Amino acid sequence: MTADATPALVEDRQTAAGPRVRERSAYPRYLAGKVAGAAVSLLAVLVTSFFLFRLIPGDPVKTMTGGRQVSAEQLAAYREEFGLDLPLWRQFTDYSGKALTGDFGTSYQFRAPVVDKITEALPNTLLLTGTAFVLYTALGIFLGTRSAWRRGGLGDRVNTGLALTLYSIPSFWLGLLLIIVLSVGIGPLPGLFPTGGMESGGEEGFAYVLDVAHHLVLPVVTLVAVEYGQTLLVTRSALLDEMGSDYLTTARAKGLRDDLVRRRHAVPNALLPTVTLIFINLGRTVAGVILVETVFSWPGLGGLFYQALSVPDLPLVQGLFFVFAAAVILMNTLADLVYPLLDPRVAR
Amino acid sequence: MGTNDQTRSLPRGLRLVAAAGAAALTLTAGLATPLDPAPRQARAADDGKKVLTVAVAQSVDSLSPFLAVRLLSTSIHRLMYEYLTNYDPKDNHAIPGLATKWESSPDKLTWTYTIRSNSKWSDGEQATAEDAAWTFNKMMTDSGAATANGSYVGNFRKVTAPSPTRLVIELKKPQATMTALDVPIVPKHVWEKVSDFSEFNNDKSFPVVGNGPFVLTGYKPDSYVRLKANESFWRGAPKFDELVFRYYKDQDAAVSALRKGEVSFVAGSPSLTPAQAESLEGAENVKVNDAPGRRFYALATNPGAKAKNGEKFGDGHPSLLDRRVRHALFMAVDREAIIDKVFRGHAVEGEGYIPPRFSQYFWKPSTSQKLAYDPAKAAELLDRAGYRKNGDGKRVGKDGKPITYRVLCHATDPNDKAVGKYLQEWWGDLGIGVRLECLDNVTDPWLAGKYDLAFDGWSVNPDPDFVLSIHTCGALPATPKDTGATDNFICDKQYDELYARQLAEYDPAKRADIVKRMESRLYDLGYMNVMAYPNAVEAYRTDQIKSITTMPAKAGNIYGQDGYWSWWSAVPADAGGSSDNASSTGVVVGIVAGVVILGGLGVFAAMRRRATAEDRE
Repeated sequence: MTADATPALVEDRQTAAGPRVRERSAYPRYLAGKVAGAAVSLLAVLVTSFFLFRLIPGDPVKTMTGGRQVSAEQLAAYREEFGLDLPLWRQFTDYSGKALTGDFGTSYQFRAPVVDKITEALPNTLLLTGTAFVLYTALGIFLGTRSAWRRGGLGDRVNTGLALTLYSIPSFWLGLLLIIVLSVGIGPLPGLFPTGGMESGGEEGFAYVLDVAHHLVLPVVTLVAVEYGQTLLVTRSALLDEMGSDYLTTARAKGLRDDLVRRRHAVPNALLPTVTLIFINLGRTVAGVILVETVFSWPGLGGLFYQALSVPDLPLVQGLFFVFAAAVILMNTLADLVYPLLDPRVAR
Repeated sequence: MGTNDQTRSLPRGLRLVAAAGAAALTLTAGLATPLDPAPRQARAADDGKKVLTVAVAQSVDSLSPFLAVRLLSTSIHRLMYEYLTNYDPKDNHAIPGLATKWESSPDKLTWTYTIRSNSKWSDGEQATAEDAAWTFNKMMTDSGAATANGSYVGNFRKVTAPSPTRLVIELKKPQATMTALDVPIVPKHVWEKVSDFSEFNNDKSFPVVGNGPFVLTGYKPDSYVRLKANESFWRGAPKFDELVFRYYKDQDAAVSALRKGEVSFVAGSPSLTPAQAESLEGAENVKVNDAPGRRFYALATNPGAKAKNGEKFGDGHPSLLDRRVRHALFMAVDREAIIDKVFRGHAVEGEGYIPPRFSQYFWKPSTSQKLAYDPAKAAELLDRAGYRKNGDGKRVGKDGKPITYRVLCHATDPNDKAVGKYLQEWWGDLGIGVRLECLDNVTDPWLAGKYDLAFDGWSVNPDPDFVLSIHTCGALPATPKDTGATDNFICDKQYDELYARQLAEYDPAKRADIVKRMESRLYDLGYMNVMAYPNAVEAYRTDQIKSITTMPAKAGNIYGQDGYWSWWSAVPADAGGSSDNASSTGVVVGIVAGVVILGGLGVFAAMRRRATAEDRE
């Protein structure tokens, strides 16, 4: 059997060589097109973020000085300082000129460069959402393939049922529940984890790493519980589509163990929709998860965005919006670039 | 073929192992660390450090006293820097701070402060009148330094320090608020190195030099603010060694942290909800402090918005210009029901403009003046004013149309919505419709005068000048396009005359008398109807804080006081400042060990299974 199969494989590779040459020549053009598209999107975001947030009702100067004794002269001085006294087109040219060089101005409420405020909170958000992302993607793919492989079985029903239930639970509610049960402790169960925040403060070196990890557990568990269902369901349905395919029958006919047929033949071919979802999720990781960040008092970008919006702190809002949108655009472009490697037909 | 499959599988297998390893590391790190806090707290107990931890939600806007305006930041500045004067915790009257005494010249235009000689900066330098003069002069000459507190020096002509213990302030016109200058005095030798005051946030190098009861030693945005006791504070060192403000963005989470003992104190912003207070009342070692608040909660009426240049704008309902209508509306508001049903007892029925907590200035209407709850009388008043009911039972305006008032409400405030529902019912009985307009941000219609009535509220300072000033004609916007400091466009000649008189009256008792007359006038006008004074509901752990000074001392609040009394006076309970988890350590160790062993067994089993499977192939 092995003797029969080997020539067939060699033959197969030879025939495959033809289209692959064409692919290589098509790929740079494909790549250039996607990158150019992304650049145009980024520019559009830059323009949109300026005008979009000027539609928010509310006067930033009035909100910021609310409840304090300020003279009309002081209000005017604020407007001048923030450039709000200039005509809109001047504000726009000032903004876009600076934004192109990476300067998003100074936050009204924090009196600090927007870039500083964002770089301060970005690592915190990435730590939380990144860890959660790795875990829920791995868990989703793992359980999704198991479910599809034993479709209709008890495991499948329990798995999809549980995933759907968790998927539909509001994250802040689940978070509060976890705090009450695992943080404060109920009955004989002691409080195992901190109630909120990212660190106890005052720790250094390895103790600091452990302290942050300790604070990370509950928010990550919340996010994983709420998010893994989506990956699970997408993976499951993609795999189900592949399961009737002839090549799987062939693989089985070669005498491969069921486990290997799934891992090495079915799953790689079923992964395309999951990859799309993975990149969408990756793009979202930057925007943070405002509800979970709030419940667990995680000092991330989501909370910063909320504070910026309520003023509205225009420079900060614009900067954050740009970063969020840029992350999504970047990840979508990356996904576009990865597709042809997974499925050469895409680039053609 | 089988061989081929196996070689190809190697990288993927490796990847899987790597991913699982990373995930496992995160999880075990997380699971293993419950071991950590216990030793940390034990350490804290070992060196006898008493830590007072306060749960807060508000972000710090800036740690520079020249920029900070938020309650948390300015409260921290109270702890870091001494002001010229302070407020007595018993009754809010002005008492010595950095200044030991003060006097004004006969023409009321020159104030001379004697600066104490026993206050040192935390770097060892002496605090002098020169520091104070420099601080004020900086605010008068540098617009960046005037950002937060510029209004205090607006009326200053000249500030000098003739000697290290003498500060002289010359005014343009008399100003009664000279013993209520809430301006942190900063050390000149540190701050004169700052180049741009509009962007210096004072949050990069620690400890920050100060002369208040605490010294700022650390800050991480939205994580914590850390201060240590200033052992050489002139009034005496605080009893706790450290004061930490920790962030809990969600109030329920903060309450959980208090229950657990992770924090010593929770104030809520602005207050704990009745449900949270009730749940904590039964908790062990927790005391709920239901204190009279400093806010008033009112119904403001649009008096026909206009600018200083006389131009009218906005679209307030014309019937509200009739004082009888305004009185009738307020007489149909059952304030007792609002206290019972909406605030669930955590508030006091509203009377005058200034809350009873400020006893010096508290005023209440006489029996004959009082607009007591009386729906029948309200209906009669409306009839007399000519707003009668039509065939459908609706009262009609002078234009012949049924009256419906738009009431502006804050979408973020559940009290507004709840009271709004009652207004619909009560005023509906009078034959008047109510349309609630609940918005996230009410400033736009508010400033444009496009509303009929609005829910309103202000936090009042020990010196009432500011809350009084926002109802003067001088606070109106210059033109309809501008924004003024006015609250709801009230402009009344009689009130303005009284306002000017109180500002020039240096005798506290006489000034209080004038302020009360202003409150009476405001009450009669009926444009600002105070419904309630919400309580400040807060809670602390009695096993961490043994005693703490409230303000007013008799029955007052703890968080956001005028002065540093609460945190400076707090006495640690014997158990210490941090909760002791030692008893639960054993359980934690057990659980972690169990998880590790189970996990190890699982991995072992999986590896074995895989090994045999690969062999079998």
